[in-house]
Amino acid sequence: MDIAEKEKQFQDKIDSGQKIEAKEWVPENYRKQLIRMISQHAHSEIVGMLPEGNWITRAPSLRRKAVLLAKIQDEAGHGLYLYSAAETLGVERGELIDQLITGKAKYSSIFNYPTLTWADIGAIGWLVDGAAIVNQTMLARGSYGPYSRAMVRICKEESFHNRQGYELLYDLAQGTPEQKAMAQDALNRWWWPSIQMLGPSDADSKNSGETMRWRIKVESNDTVRQRFIDRTVPQAEAAGLTIPDPDLKFNEETGHWEIGEIDWTEFYQVIKGYGPCNKKRLRARQEAEHEGEWVREAAKVYAEKQAAKKTKAA
Amino acid sequence: MTKEEALYEFLIRLGDNALILGQRLGEWCGKAHQLESDIALTNVALDQIGQARLLLTEAGRIEGKGRTEDDLAYMRGEMDFRNNLLVEQDNGDFAHTIVRQYIFDVFQYHLLKGLQKSSNDFLKAYADKSIKEVTYHRSLSHDWMLRLGDGTELSHQKMQDALDDLWEYTGELFEMTEADDVLIAEGMIPKLSDIKKIWEEEVEATIQEATLKVPDTLGFMAYGSRKGIHSEYLGYILAEMQVLPRSMPDAKW
Ligand SMILES: [Fe+2]
Ligand SMILES: [Fe+2]
Repeated sequence: MDIAEKEKQFQDKIDSGQKIEAKEWVPENYRKQLIRMISQHAHSEIVGMLPEGNWITRAPSLRRKAVLLAKIQDEAGHGLYLYSAAETLGVERGELIDQLITGKAKYSSIFNYPTLTWADIGAIGWLVDGAAIVNQTMLARGSYGPYSRAMVRICKEESFHNRQGYELLYDLAQGTPEQKAMAQDALNRWWWPSIQMLGPSDADSKNSGETMRWRIKVESNDTVRQRFIDRTVPQAEAAGLTIPDPDLKFNEETGHWEIGEIDWTEFYQVIKGYGPCNKKRLRARQEAEHEGEWVREAAKVYAEKQAAKKTKAA
Repeated sequence: MTKEEALYEFLIRLGDNALILGQRLGEWCGKAHQLESDIALTNVALDQIGQARLLLTEAGRIEGKGRTEDDLAYMRGEMDFRNNLLVEQDNGDFAHTIVRQYIFDVFQYHLLKGLQKSSNDFLKAYADKSIKEVTYHRSLSHDWMLRLGDGTELSHQKMQDALDDLWEYTGELFEMTEADDVLIAEGMIPKLSDIKKIWEEEVEATIQEATLKVPDTLGFMAYGSRKGIHSEYLGYILAEMQVLPRSMPDAKW
């Protein structure tokens, strides 16, 4: 069978709504696109642990501390799970982590923003995990089986994070004037980055054509973004918080919330490495890798010694 | 000393150990040498924070002044904390964290074994629930003791350094006070001197298996936490942990 025929069969399978499984023949670019997406996603989970980890030691109640620890642990689990999904496409976790710490691979640029107050922990759960959910619910319908199943599993946990984050911020918004101001400030700083987190607008999106045809993505960035906005705006109102967008209005005819213009200059600046915390995040990942080298090496040597002992005994 | 006063002291001793160790382990988040270990350390931190919540809530109830777990965690000063010096020592490298953890895990495990026979309902229920968690902690840190002790030359040296640094904080784990006497008489808690023997046997066997040496501190052991005299570390731990509730005393979180 020649390549053209293989590609046609592959496309037919996708068009009929079947999932592609590990080790099946796929076009090289399909494999590349998926590795790029899954590894970026995995890196985002791992780098995302840092801004939240920033508040573990300062969580203001033991219950909140436990909730935050559990959430960050979930994110580490997501990372692990996603690296495994990427490995089904024939790339090793070590190689991917290498790409992350050498700055070759991207991760969600939202994690380059700082967590300045405790309210930011609520804002991340509510907005960032909230945006992640709408995106991942879409990705769960994608064509690659291992990735799609990872999304289903991960989304369940993201829903918890989303509710817990919203509850945290909601409680602050009903608290003392100082707490309420803290909550509003967090929304002010995290709203637009969360909107941008769902990717460039459809008109500017480079990767859309092929990824849609292969059902790696099944909906466009703007569609997903609109879903996020529609579900989030009423939640802000319910908490008594104001979305920092003077142009925000409800369109009675379409039934959708319409937002003002998105400032993409900042988005691209952060992506290019000039966000508030890009260097700090990368350095943290590099340090963890480098400082852990002797531990990984020792574990390897110990395992070899044990294996050698076993062979001797046998 | 009344039975209630003794029980309060014992409960905050255990609760503060769990809290401060959980706090220290939380500092590791995102910094471990691989994801699996990040998850494992967070697991232990979560278990310890969970135990701290149970213990401090019960301490507040026994004290009878209406103080909650958070009042006790966030509104007490350094000298009112009764955690052992060991758990407040800084994380250092992974070797220090593992040695600190293993020393504590074996101690906590055998203490819980003893508390499973307690005549006090709360302590018995707490021990029954927590022994499963601590069994896992102990096997995790035990395995790392062997891996790093008997790994490379470098890891071996780092482990020996960690043992040498931390050994002087082991004596205090078993120090008994008037509160112990009162509770032992009631059949509520085991004798720490009995636990010390089992602990020594187990820890020293592991140290040997890990090809390491039991440090010789020339008989020196650090004491103080039973009276609220801590190392320099605790003040910083509390400053960080307590900052929000202290700076906004009217706020609920
Ligand atoms: Fe996640
Ligand atoms: Fe999440």
